[in-house]
Amino acid sequence: MPHSASLHDSDTQTLVHVRGITKSFGEGETRISVLNGVDLDVVMGEILLLVGPSGSGKTTLLSVIGGILDADEGEIHIEGQSIANLSPSAKTRFRRDNLGFVFQQYNLLPTLTAGENAAVPLLIRGVPKKPAIAQAADMLTKLGLGERIHAIPSRLSGGEQQRVAIARALVGEPRLLLCDEPTASLDGDTGHKVLEQLQRVGRQSDRAMIIVTHDTRVFEFGDRIVHMDDGVIHMVQRHGDKAP
Amino acid sequence: MNSIALKMLFGDRAKYLMLLAGLTFSTMLIVQQGSIFWGLMMWSQSGISNINVPVWVTDPHINQVEEVKPLADTAVNIVRSVPGVEWAVPLYKGVQRARLADGNFQQISLVGLDAATLLGRPSVVIAGDIQNLRIPEAVALDQEAVKRLGGPTRMQVGTVFEINDQRARVVAIVDVQKSFQNIPFVYTTYQRALSYTPPERRKLSFVLVNPVEGVTPEALAKRIEHETELGAFTAEAFGWKTISWVLEHTGIGVNFGTTVLLGFLVGMAIAGQTFYLFTVENLKQFGALKAIGAHTGMLARMILLQSFTVGIIGYGIGVGLATFFGLTAGKGGALPYMETWPLLVGVFIALLGICGISSAISIRKLAKLEPAIVFRN
Repeated sequence: MPHSASLHDSDTQTLVHVRGITKSFGEGETRISVLNGVDLDVVMGEILLLVGPSGSGKTTLLSVIGGILDADEGEIHIEGQSIANLSPSAKTRFRRDNLGFVFQQYNLLPTLTAGENAAVPLLIRGVPKKPAIAQAADMLTKLGLGERIHAIPSRLSGGEQQRVAIARALVGEPRLLLCDEPTASLDGDTGHKVLEQLQRVGRQSDRAMIIVTHDTRVFEFGDRIVHMDDGVIHMVQRHGDKAP
Repeated sequence: MNSIALKMLFGDRAKYLMLLAGLTFSTMLIVQQGSIFWGLMMWSQSGISNINVPVWVTDPHINQVEEVKPLADTAVNIVRSVPGVEWAVPLYKGVQRARLADGNFQQISLVGLDAATLLGRPSVVIAGDIQNLRIPEAVALDQEAVKRLGGPTRMQVGTVFEINDQRARVVAIVDVQKSFQNIPFVYTTYQRALSYTPPERRKLSFVLVNPVEGVTPEALAKRIEHETELGAFTAEAFGWKTISWVLEHTGIGVNFGTTVLLGFLVGMAIAGQTFYLFTVENLKQFGALKAIGAHTGMLARMILLQSFTVGIIGYGIGVGLATFFGLTAGKGGALPYMETWPLLVGVFIALLGICGISSAISIRKLAKLEPAIVFRN
């Protein structure tokens, strides 16, 4: 029986509102349903972990919430704005102005320094290079990379590269941060430290984070843990609840 | 994002150098071959440009300047009678044999000028006095003739040699453009040129004509053709007629055209493939940029900036190398090398085409790229 991860507390402000989302890939006999009617609310200041086995639909849900994939049915509102009704270029602008992304493989530009990589979202918004790099340097310093601003990605460890990616995601002050397996390419200790810094620097009362993860060691960072399987949410845990 | 795009380009050193090498090679090959081709075309009509008169009258069926179809001497007076002609003078042009001091023979292109006016004489005189052509046995040699007839130590002003077993005395050494066949030029007066040549019924090669003020060379050429039934061409039209004939009958156009096309295709293949590889290898990064909020137009501008930047650098180096080649290998007119601004503009446009097409392949890939690629491992 699918669960709904919606919230009804009157003192919380909903940032992400998802209702009845379905998504499938392929056609005819090769059609695969990945999301089968997902309801989810995320409130401001919250860190929500999306967990589940491979193929459960968590990354697809993240892509749909981020406006990177279109849902077949259902509605998604982020801060009251319906994502489904936006044109592709408006979606791109919406992502630019409101969302931050952290990817499993970091996806840093290999020939740019840490500072330049972290400044990319500001440069995309049209901020001049000098102030953009200065803002990025501030963010990198907050994440403990003040000494590594001029290093290119190949000279950084995996943990450092992921922190540069986090700086890149946070530098534009997004309302919603979407992280796809941010610790999957890191060893346990490094992954833990990276999430600690992400929580310390990224958590704000007017921002929410959705983190897709397999890593049970990072569950402690989530305010809620949403378990998915077969394209539906089948359990929601609040921080401190007993593990299933 | 411009600085980011350039840093992405210059930072990938291997691909940047590969791109640069391809575009430089392409530019150099097209400019070098184009310049040699155009130099050869200029040589092919040097018989016209060296004489430098507005209208040429000859047999109406002539194909090119080196193909002489002699006219009767009366043609000069017939042309003079056409209204609009300020002056008309005879010109002899033909290949003869000069005997060298060692007993060998050398072909020469003998040019006989009107003795009274010396109209059509070379404008650059290196040694001696061209006006002395009027004294008996006098001839003027171009530098190629000096070289072929014994070199500068043997062939000087005052040297006597033989043309068709008759004495010729050098009174001037001149500088003119070489001919397509690279046969050296020897200048003398019209009557003396006739005396050097074997007897023939008709020996007049061309009538050189100047229009009166207010009549264009084109109009006068038409009028002469209409009233005399002779062939009349402006110098420019005759030059193009000669170039067309050379292109049609020598295969030189196909030859150089193939090389230029090869340069274009090689440049496009290297640039296109390298750019495509560059895009494919950075696909996830481009996907990340799209996810972050860069629209396709922004990425396309980045690709175009990268492409045109490396293109312009490659163009500069390529033109520089080709010019260096022209200045060294073509020193002293040894090689028909003529680098003209229309050629440079044409090559620049071709290079922009190469860059544009190469970019378009990559941009097409990026336009179809789904940012969701960043979530696939």
